[in-house]
Amino acid sequence: MKSHWFHLMPYKYLPEDFPQKYSSVWVDVPSQLYDPVKGHEIYNEYLDELEYADRVGFDGIIVNEHHNNAYGLMPSPNIMLACLARRTNTAALTVIGNSLALYNPPVRVAEEMAMLDVISGGRFVAGFPVGSSMDTNFAYGQTPATLREKYREAHDLVIKAWTSPDPFIFNGKYTQLRYVNIWPRPIQKPHPPVWIPGGGSVETWDFTAQNNYAYAFLSYFGYQPAQETMKGYWEAIDRNGRDRNPYRAGYLQLLAISETDAQAEKEYAEAASYFYHRCLHVPDYFAVAPGYMTLKSIKALKSPFSFENLGKLKWKDFVDQGYIIAGSPKTVRERLSQVVKEMNVGHVMTLLHFGNLSREQTMKNTALYAKEVMPYTKNLWNEWEDHWSPKPLEMKQRAKAAAL
Amino acid sequence: MQQSRVSIRNGKFTTSMQWGGSGAPLLFLHGAGGPMVGAPFLDELARHFTVYAPAHPGFGPGEGIEHLDDIIDFALYYHDFLDELQIDNPHLIGHSLGGMLAAEITALAPYRVNRLVLVGAVGLWLDETPIPDIFIMNPQQLLQAALHDPAGPLGQMMAQQFAAPERQLEMYKNMSSTGKFLWPIPDKGLKKRIHRIQQPTLIVWGASDKLVPPAYGEAFLKAIPGSRLVTLEKSGHMSMLEEQDAFVQAVTNFLL
Repeated sequence: MKSHWFHLMPYKYLPEDFPQKYSSVWVDVPSQLYDPVKGHEIYNEYLDELEYADRVGFDGIIVNEHHNNAYGLMPSPNIMLACLARRTNTAALTVIGNSLALYNPPVRVAEEMAMLDVISGGRFVAGFPVGSSMDTNFAYGQTPATLREKYREAHDLVIKAWTSPDPFIFNGKYTQLRYVNIWPRPIQKPHPPVWIPGGGSVETWDFTAQNNYAYAFLSYFGYQPAQETMKGYWEAIDRNGRDRNPYRAGYLQLLAISETDAQAEKEYAEAASYFYHRCLHVPDYFAVAPGYMTLKSIKALKSPFSFENLGKLKWKDFVDQGYIIAGSPKTVRERLSQVVKEMNVGHVMTLLHFGNLSREQTMKNTALYAKEVMPYTKNLWNEWEDHWSPKPLEMKQRAKAAAL
Repeated sequence: MQQSRVSIRNGKFTTSMQWGGSGAPLLFLHGAGGPMVGAPFLDELARHFTVYAPAHPGFGPGEGIEHLDDIIDFALYYHDFLDELQIDNPHLIGHSLGGMLAAEITALAPYRVNRLVLVGAVGLWLDETPIPDIFIMNPQQLLQAALHDPAGPLGQMMAQQFAAPERQLEMYKNMSSTGKFLWPIPDKGLKKRIHRIQQPTLIVWGASDKLVPPAYGEAFLKAIPGSRLVTLEKSGHMSMLEEQDAFVQAVTNFLL
């Protein structure tokens, strides 16, 4: 099993009465709440944490894309990976977003990702989410009903731009280019591994399976909804005639590790509350713009998706309902191994920083995971080959950044 | 009046249409909320005109929205519709999104249309009077913005309709289709084409319209030479329902 260190990069200084005083953390969150001087501090702190994850042996580090958002300060995740490419050595560098429909022309994504792959010596993993409704429809003005079609077209263009040996003409509905001919080209052949982050739609499972990509389930609600989703995903894998290689699947999990279970609550409860109550303060009217989901998917929903219930939950609920796996190293590794086996998941995207967790606590969480959890989980799935992690250049071929 | 199933472009589009009456042909184009099947104002109009009130593709029973990408595709669909149903030189009444559509249909081929009536139409944009984001409004907020008297009997009836799960699904479909023409701002180039409208045009606006404020009635008046504006004092965005008699009277006076 591979362990990845995932950062959301939340703004840490939202006021305590934020949920009462403001309607949303996203889309129209007042920018007066953002202090760029504090922002300077936390960008560098967060990059330190990601670099630390590389040093202590995480298989990958992951950044993602959000817009108009106070819990995700990475409108351009590619800039973050560019910072990290030269100051990390072994970790896979995964960008879980670029939301393809947002880039005009989409070859920009093919170019930047090729740059990252080349700079990092072939450590790059390309995530292509459709993107949330908040990011794509509300913040970036994309028409909800055609977002997915535009995404698919952009996907085809990017893959062809990476793999076609010759310049070609692209005559799409959303993009027309007379000369597609990107420079540079990715190191990894035929192209970097592709992960499709998703929230559980049937169409995305089939798309992932058909293209032989990996599926990354992004939810902040832990393994309980993930179990349901993964079941559906593996069924899609079966019906598309693929094998059940666990490395086809990743899921995100909040983790809070300390010496004892009781100590974990003491050290992480406040940050968990900051995350679920302030960071995920999203009103339902921004959750799904009309047309963002097909009518078929809307009809299939058991209950409408809502962030609004989170306000009532406390630490005990987060732990009991599996939103967070928390406790002593023993508790965490047992629980984690168990759910990973149940769901047949090869990539765990650990969220070891969440909310306003301090640098020290984040480092402790990370160190404990590396030392006390990873050794027990890393040999899981040894019988399977991971085709969805990067294949970098040999160490002896790699350029070294000069010392400062 | 009767209901018929209609197929356009060899079944690429299928929809339902309420139609009937006698007199000159009149095409009613509904707004984002969907077709107004059975609304009494249509029967009133049918006493003087042969009324055609279809559901648009992607609204209510209308299918085929995937073949329409923008407002020009949408307007050309209605040119095909008129051709295939052999409706010659109709009057057009367009409400809200349907008003934008009626203006575009007319601007594309002014000789196809008899007289034009725009009711609370969208399609223009005034920076100083932005139209609110209809896509994030819940039914209650929509009714508050759309009606002169949201607490009155009409408001109560509409609130009750909105509460039904089937109606909510239908609204999701209608708003999803509406987004193809109005997302994220309902300004898609009509201002470049509106000068082509030559027909006598009546503009009808509710004085309390908070969805598409009355300033837009003035903007259409200014943009269409020789047009007339009638303001209905006790109406919001739904004057054909809120002040049915005054609405029908204003329209028939203008068209007859």
